[in-house]
Amino acid sequence: MDEATRSLIDALVADARESTADLARQTGLDEAAVEEKIAELEASGALRGYTAVVDWEATDEERVSAVIEVNVELDRETDYDDVARRIAESPAVDSLRLMSGDYDFAVNVSGSSMGDVSRFVSEEVAPLPAVTKTVTHYVMETFKERGIRFTDHDDDDRLSVTP
Amino acid sequence: MNGNDDRAETDGGTAEGSARTEGGPSRFAPADRVESVPPSGIREFFEVAENRDDVISLGVGEPDFTAPWAARSAAIDSLERGRTSYTANRGMLDLREAIAGRVTRYGQSYDPDTEILVTTGASEAVDLAFRAFVNPGDTVALPTPTYVSYEPGVRFAGGEPLPVHTHHEDDWALTPEALLEAGADEADVLVLCYPNNPTGATMDADEMDAVADFCREHDLLVIADEIYAALTYEGDHQSIATRPGMRERTVVINGFSKAYAMTGLRLGYAMGPETAIDAMTKVHQYAMLSAPTTAQHAALAAIERCDDEVERMRREYDRRRRYVVSRLRELGIDVAEPGGAFYAFPRVADVAPEGDARAFATELLEAEGVAAVPGTAFGAGGEGHIRISYATGLDDLKEAMARLERFLS
Repeated sequence: MDEATRSLIDALVADARESTADLARQTGLDEAAVEEKIAELEASGALRGYTAVVDWEATDEERVSAVIEVNVELDRETDYDDVARRIAESPAVDSLRLMSGDYDFAVNVSGSSMGDVSRFVSEEVAPLPAVTKTVTHYVMETFKERGIRFTDHDDDDRLSVTP
Repeated sequence: MNGNDDRAETDGGTAEGSARTEGGPSRFAPADRVESVPPSGIREFFEVAENRDDVISLGVGEPDFTAPWAARSAAIDSLERGRTSYTANRGMLDLREAIAGRVTRYGQSYDPDTEILVTTGASEAVDLAFRAFVNPGDTVALPTPTYVSYEPGVRFAGGEPLPVHTHHEDDWALTPEALLEAGADEADVLVLCYPNNPTGATMDADEMDAVADFCREHDLLVIADEIYAALTYEGDHQSIATRPGMRERTVVINGFSKAYAMTGLRLGYAMGPETAIDAMTKVHQYAMLSAPTTAQHAALAAIERCDDEVERMRREYDRRRRYVVSRLRELGIDVAEPGGAFYAFPRVADVAPEGDARAFATELLEAEGVAAVPGTAFGAGGEGHIRISYATGLDDLKEAMARLERFLS
């Protein structure tokens, strides 16, 4: 990957709402080249989407999130992709990853209540024939998400002007 | 008036009848070489900027990142294990070995036993070099504009600073012609700071070769401050010590403050021939004994485990650099492309009242709450310019540029 493309991705990861003009200023590309590169990255599947990072605590909306560990036992007819496809279908699933270690899948889910999450686990995950075990961890507090800290910013305690 | 007020008045020495005025001139008059050095040119800006709460400061010469966790963790661990004693005068051997390994990326090769000295920040290393190699009356060539501490450092050592002007039009390049024109062929020492604070200028291989030729021809010692080496964006970092015949006449100075965002841990190092490091160690062992042990442990972890974080910071600075330069040019302000460090040094003479950059910086601070350092703080060569640090977040940079645009309209 060339430096300008890498720089463009860095900028989009930091703030996907940046204007094309600002992205051009940061990458050294002109605006037309920025648009072209973004289109290329989208077409290749490297850029999969642009979403907001929301601190639900700061809204009046109830939001419950959980991380679910899922263990599976595969057979000749079923592989990881089959299980993943079934679980990923649910709109409650924010992310789904195959993991190394003590369990197979990590599923991040969210809903408007603990009941929503429980129902997802008991009705959509546990009944799958390949699933042998689930462990649900409810999120108690989020401090950082996708690189963005939810805690109050520390004041800049550097000297205002230095050599 | 209570007792505390009394003491404050006396200490301030400004009120009539205070102890100091009653007693006549203080017996502690500074030595001439200290008296001869004016206060830092950024002091008044510091005071104004400190007293306003809406200021976006582009005057900060230190990273806005925190030191990588692995470095902080190593510092904490060293304290928990009670490693609170002096280290060897030259610094911990394993740190010196790690430094020796690290600088091979710049083509530098130094023996950790005899050719590397760990110091309390690169600033101490610079001071040690002046004290070790500048005799009273020696001439020290200083490219201008450059870092504010060199000239006072030379004077404190009893030397005579010789400004060598570099110019915006040449992207602040230091050339043999400029050195010759300034009379540096008669100088004893040349101080290089590349990537440069405040211009962000870097030197390419040919430029470095030419300066090296000049130094050999005119028998100059070189103090090469390479503290920003890891923050090079255009091309590879060039070190004069790697040029033929230059290793034996060069002290290279580097440190952890800028690349690893470890300014407060105060850790730097000097590298050079054994005789040079011996001389600097002699001064160091009497003045400082050894660099802070906690910081040395942090530095060792920084070298061993923090490359990815350094690269992440470098990429972020690079994005900001491009943004700032692009915005300045859109606003009609001429700026040479900075190839390293985290500063841009735009020429504001064309848009400043009577071409005065200090007045420009003052008015910008007063009217819009944007603090930038007037170029003259970095020597006469900085006239007509301001230094903008992009070691501040992109959101603040955007706001600062919007305010600058409003200020200019």
